[in-house]
Amino acid sequence: MTEILQNLADGLGAGSTYALFAVGVSLIFGVMHLVNFAHGELLTLGAYLAYWMLLREFGWWVVVPAVIGAAVLGSMSIEFVAFRRIRGANPFTLLLTSFALEVLSHAVWKVFVSSKRKPFATPEWAFESFAIGSVRFEWWNIVAFGVAVLSFAVTAFVLRRTMFGLAVRAAAEDFDAARLMGVKANRVISGAFAFAGLLAGIASSLILMRKGGAEPRMGADPLLKAVIAAVIGGLGSLPGAVAGGLALGVTEVFVRDLLPEDLGGLTDGLVFAVIALLFIVRPQGLFNVETAERV
Amino acid sequence: MLEVDRLTTRYGEITALHGADLRVDEGEMVALVGPNGAGKTTLLTTVAGLVRPASGSVRFCSANITGHDPARLLRAGIALVPERRRIFKDLTVGENLRLAGTTVPSSHRRVRIHELCERFPILGERVDVAAGYLSGGEAQQLAVARALMCDPKLLLLDEPCLGLAPAMVDVVFELLVELRDQGRTILVVEQQAHRVIGVADRSYVLRTGRIVAAGGKEFADRSDLFASYVGGAA
Repeated sequence: MTEILQNLADGLGAGSTYALFAVGVSLIFGVMHLVNFAHGELLTLGAYLAYWMLLREFGWWVVVPAVIGAAVLGSMSIEFVAFRRIRGANPFTLLLTSFALEVLSHAVWKVFVSSKRKPFATPEWAFESFAIGSVRFEWWNIVAFGVAVLSFAVTAFVLRRTMFGLAVRAAAEDFDAARLMGVKANRVISGAFAFAGLLAGIASSLILMRKGGAEPRMGADPLLKAVIAAVIGGLGSLPGAVAGGLALGVTEVFVRDLLPEDLGGLTDGLVFAVIALLFIVRPQGLFNVETAERV
Repeated sequence: MLEVDRLTTRYGEITALHGADLRVDEGEMVALVGPNGAGKTTLLTTVAGLVRPASGSVRFCSANITGHDPARLLRAGIALVPERRRIFKDLTVGENLRLAGTTVPSSHRRVRIHELCERFPILGERVDVAAGYLSGGEAQQLAVARALMCDPKLLLLDEPCLGLAPAMVDVVFELLVELRDQGRTILVVEQQAHRVIGVADRSYVLRTGRIVAAGGKEFADRSDLFASYVGGAA
């Protein structure tokens, strides 16, 4: 029992960051029917910004808002530069464009900065822990989970209570009908990218406090996990993306715990095998998007 | 009020409208009828700004509005009730109405929703219910109420009776007449040609993207209505 609780406690932090990215992926999919593989590059952008700022001795309390701001602007720029002109193109074209952006981003960081890891200092509390009974809680997991819960509460409020949220939900269901209601296509899509960027910025800040370094390809792994989390939850369903992200984070820890230490490298492979089994049982994901609350 | 002049709309290689001309005067109800695939929906969606025309012009209250986006046209006073209603099923009735008030000042939005819920009591009763749970007739009332949120000068309706039970069809026709009698200008596309021509002030027949006949109420009784549908002399 203690082991189960320990694994749950350890998996919630990573799962929360996957969920934050996954909600952004789902939000963008909802309004554009695009799985944006360039979304993970917001983490890389934030990482190099954090490296640059920490090198100049800015504190994390300045770095975090800067990383979040950069992610919002970066996400809006991706929409404006890459996707606005091809909006309405077939999904394959949109998907290829997002892959192209991801590859381009890796190349830019490699060529103009460095292909090597650029380390920076992490805050001390991110690796501290405390115990309740025989279960040990890392502060980072607690903070990541708390911040994610707060972020999802704000997201739910925005989507349910504001005109922007209504427009996003309506556009996700029927874009042309939303336009007939006076919803401006540019505004709602740009807004969805900005909001997805905000959530990615929050997730990036949490990840960077643990990673303590910037690398050109560092956005690829969390993005892959986020896309898988969004698909597990049922693409287009925000509660599904949250559940998928948390489930993925916790499953990772359980699989790693079950494997012998020298086979730890197989964790991702086994997690993907578990996900493949899930899709055999429930091809539509955990949530049915026809009936679950969509974007 | 509305003048459509030699309007041509294409979808890739396919030309759906071939230089269609049409006029709607203030306060009148004009019907647009024709067989399936004639281009009726294309004409309405082009006027409403969802589709950009290849050539021709659309003028509204003397201003050229050709190719304007729907949000701008809504502000100018043109609202479309689309084919198959296209209400947002995951949103509640109240949220559908709120969203339709995007162009209405926020201070006036709540008042307007209250007015429409009084006009359509079933919507008032189900304001917190997801629109996906409404019956066909209720959904059609919501679709019309949504279009009325911004108090449009010109109301475009695309097959408002499609898929409705006969009793609900009567309700929709009564609503059309009521709206016209209140001074609302209406352009309606409807498959029930004889019935809609009977209540409209004037009617046009569209076939293969061209206006092939036009007339007043007497048009419903003319033997050439059928001929104009299938391609004989108009």
